[in-house]
Amino acid sequence: MSPLDQLENQSIFILREAFHKFDNLAMLWSIGKDSSVLLWLARKAFFGHVPFPLVHVDTTYKIPEMIVFRDRLAKEWNLQLIVGKNEEALRDGRTYPNGKLTRVECCGALKKDGLRMVLDKHKFTGVIVGVRRDEDPTRAKERYFSPRDKNMEWNVEDQPPELWDQFKTDFEPGTHIRIHPLLHWTELNVWEYIQRENIPVVSLYFANARGERYRSLGCAPCTFPIQSSARSVAEIVEELRRTKVPERAGRAQDKESEDAFEKLRRDGYM
Amino acid sequence: MPPEPSSPCAPQEQLKIVIVGHVDHGKSTFVGRLFHDTGSLPEGKYDQLVEVARRRGVPFEFANLMDGLQAERDQNITIDTAQIWFRTPRRQYVIIDAPGHKEFLKNMITGAANASAALLLIDAKEGVQEQSRRHGFLLSLMGIRQLAVLVNKMDLCGFDETVFRRIETEYRAFLARLGLNPSAFIPICAREGDGLVARSPRMPWYTGGNVIEALDAFEAPPRPVHLPLRFPIQDIYRFDHRRILAGRIESGALRAGDRLVFWPSGKSSAVNTIERWSAPSTLAASAGESVGITLAEQIFVERGQMATHEADAATVCREFSAKLFWMGREPLGIGRRVKLKLTTQEVDCEIRSIERVIDASTLEETSAGAKEIRRNDVAEIVIRARQPIALDAHAAIAETGRFVLVDRREVSGGGVVVAAQRASATELGPKSENLTWAKGEVLASERALRNGHQGAVLWLTGLSGSGKSTIAGLLERELFNRGIHAYRLDGDNLRYGLSADLGFSPEDRSENIRRAAEAGRLLADAGLVVISSLISPYRADRARVREIMKEGQVRFFEVYVRCPLEVCEARDPKKLYARARAGEIPHFTGISAPYEEPENAEITVRTDQQTPEESAANILDYLIQTGRLASVSYDI
Repeated sequence: MSPLDQLENQSIFILREAFHKFDNLAMLWSIGKDSSVLLWLARKAFFGHVPFPLVHVDTTYKIPEMIVFRDRLAKEWNLQLIVGKNEEALRDGRTYPNGKLTRVECCGALKKDGLRMVLDKHKFTGVIVGVRRDEDPTRAKERYFSPRDKNMEWNVEDQPPELWDQFKTDFEPGTHIRIHPLLHWTELNVWEYIQRENIPVVSLYFANARGERYRSLGCAPCTFPIQSSARSVAEIVEELRRTKVPERAGRAQDKESEDAFEKLRRDGYM
Repeated sequence: MPPEPSSPCAPQEQLKIVIVGHVDHGKSTFVGRLFHDTGSLPEGKYDQLVEVARRRGVPFEFANLMDGLQAERDQNITIDTAQIWFRTPRRQYVIIDAPGHKEFLKNMITGAANASAALLLIDAKEGVQEQSRRHGFLLSLMGIRQLAVLVNKMDLCGFDETVFRRIETEYRAFLARLGLNPSAFIPICAREGDGLVARSPRMPWYTGGNVIEALDAFEAPPRPVHLPLRFPIQDIYRFDHRRILAGRIESGALRAGDRLVFWPSGKSSAVNTIERWSAPSTLAASAGESVGITLAEQIFVERGQMATHEADAATVCREFSAKLFWMGREPLGIGRRVKLKLTTQEVDCEIRSIERVIDASTLEETSAGAKEIRRNDVAEIVIRARQPIALDAHAAIAETGRFVLVDRREVSGGGVVVAAQRASATELGPKSENLTWAKGEVLASERALRNGHQGAVLWLTGLSGSGKSTIAGLLERELFNRGIHAYRLDGDNLRYGLSADLGFSPEDRSENIRRAAEAGRLLADAGLVVISSLISPYRADRARVREIMKEGQVRFFEVYVRCPLEVCEARDPKKLYARARAGEIPHFTGISAPYEEPENAEITVRTDQQTPEESAANILDYLIQTGRLASVSYDI
């Protein structure tokens, strides 16, 4: 069994546990590479089906290609798509691009609060999210089944033990569990798997004529491309095997202060 | 300059390593330095950490790489376990940093449970401490047998070999008691990088390998493909008009066409197809694969059942002994109801008994006769499940020999199965799933009040000719005379009806005893004092009788009617010994089949030294004068 097979089988096991344990389950779809792999793994786990809705928290600042890609795949793969927005914040212009919020506050309003509104509306008790341990130091401490309290907060100092693939699946009413089937994957693994399985990804990941590509996708005002000549999945894999630049180097909201991202995640960010 | 990391061209083997040891012995610092010295830090990370330390006016710490939480950096302590990746030319490593503070032991367990090997750090100046020993013990409990010990902060003791050797001797002796043999003992100074990727010039006396060499010497655990098949059912899907049984094969392999038995129900069907999506279709699947199967004949299967081959079935039981590590906020007491999760099975269970509680840091047995297990205690216990479960001893198949206990929504304990008794037919419950035990309208306590005594079973065991039947008859009369509803259940009489189909092979004797016990249980439940007399020569059979009575909450007294074989043979009231000696009766107890003496009989009478009347009187004294049949309820 190859290392990628091991990762895949573990993720399928987790997805099936989540599907069994949560009556009201949804998967977050950020339209990035991790989401694409997650979606593919769900189809593997459920024999070609995705038996729960996908939630896209739309900040309206996403790069347009991402929305086109989302709608195309939703149609082709027969996906049940729920788009959530923090309408209030958008109406009042309480965003970073409008100059009223910092980048981190904007993430909090449009993504975190936007997510909370969707969860409240649909009463989801289990939310599948494609975060990975290698992305940042707080995610390195995540659990596969990670509880969030009534205020969506993450009590990182007192997380449930996780032994031998036995997870915390019992929870109090009003709380929810984040399920992280990709936790043990690295960025390189994700691309190796995309290559092996021929999984469609949004074209923004490939180098354009100016020699730039996106390594991590977020909102247009806060996400910047990197210098790269990688025009194919194979070239991206090759590039990642050699690089020492961290994945989220192009994500501006991580850098506002030392613990800005940690605070955001404790408050319920993905 | 840090060396360049290798650039492999294909995904590599991955090995998970947990870093453990006492608080402040330098685990996080070690990991940070290891990443720096192997060139594994992301670009700009080192400068960023230096800059953050400068801005905060604190000394730079390599530990801050792993201590991703602000609270951890503020207090210079690791709270939660974290995982990061690095590689050597040999393979990729997932490094799991585990906290060393006792308060965060559940996080250490979480880290260690996911690892294949461990590095354990000991501070050269402080030496072996409480968590050094506790972590070593927990590693052995979880079955992690690959371990290297790093004696850290050698700079604080002037790189003195005698300090290193003293710690090595002490800790090796401790590990030896656990059956652990570390693959390496390495002196290091993590802060300054001594001993990590090269031998330290400051410790010329050390001639062994460095840390990277110790890591590369660990073996990736083989997939358990050659063990018996264990396929716990995770879920049943109905997609595209197919009924698919989904699950992960924990050990062994299965092929299309294989006949599988699903435990604990014991139902069986054959594998029709092996199902995967967007993958080459195959006729076989093996350990580690999350697959689906369809069945040739449709039978009722649900999540929690475990499929095996007929020949190498799992143990199905309700009671097993285990080693448990308890992490719950509240102690776990005998009789407390908790949820047991083993593979995909979930059943209510209780702690039947606590054999011993072990101080994980000294390996000393603490508080003998303990009635509860406190947080961070390790204990040897007997667990009783409310329903039968399928499992294996951890030593045989680790994947199906470990479990967690859930106490009110929280995963609060982790354990490994030491041994399980294959359950009897009674233990497994009725074959039909549509049966429930109908409770009578009249309570046992009401019957006892009216009768003036409890129901009970007296189980007389002994050689043929030892006097069992005679004593049983005397007891029946004596009890009856005293107003006690007594009934004699004779082994030979059973064979006229209830057990007419049985012979005297060990299997048939066993079944005859089970039937006698079940009949006795019903009669005692009806309020009678039952005196059964059967040779019942096998200890295991009598143990099962005791179980049946326990299950039925029936008072039970084993009576050993003891008499030497020569005496019995000389008596030979039914002339059976003579016939057995002549070879006319096979499997005759004492002659051609063994009699296993009772080890914990409530009463023993010596019929070679007493008359039957004296023996009966002794038994009556035991029962009546000590109030063992009293109608007022009390615990025995």
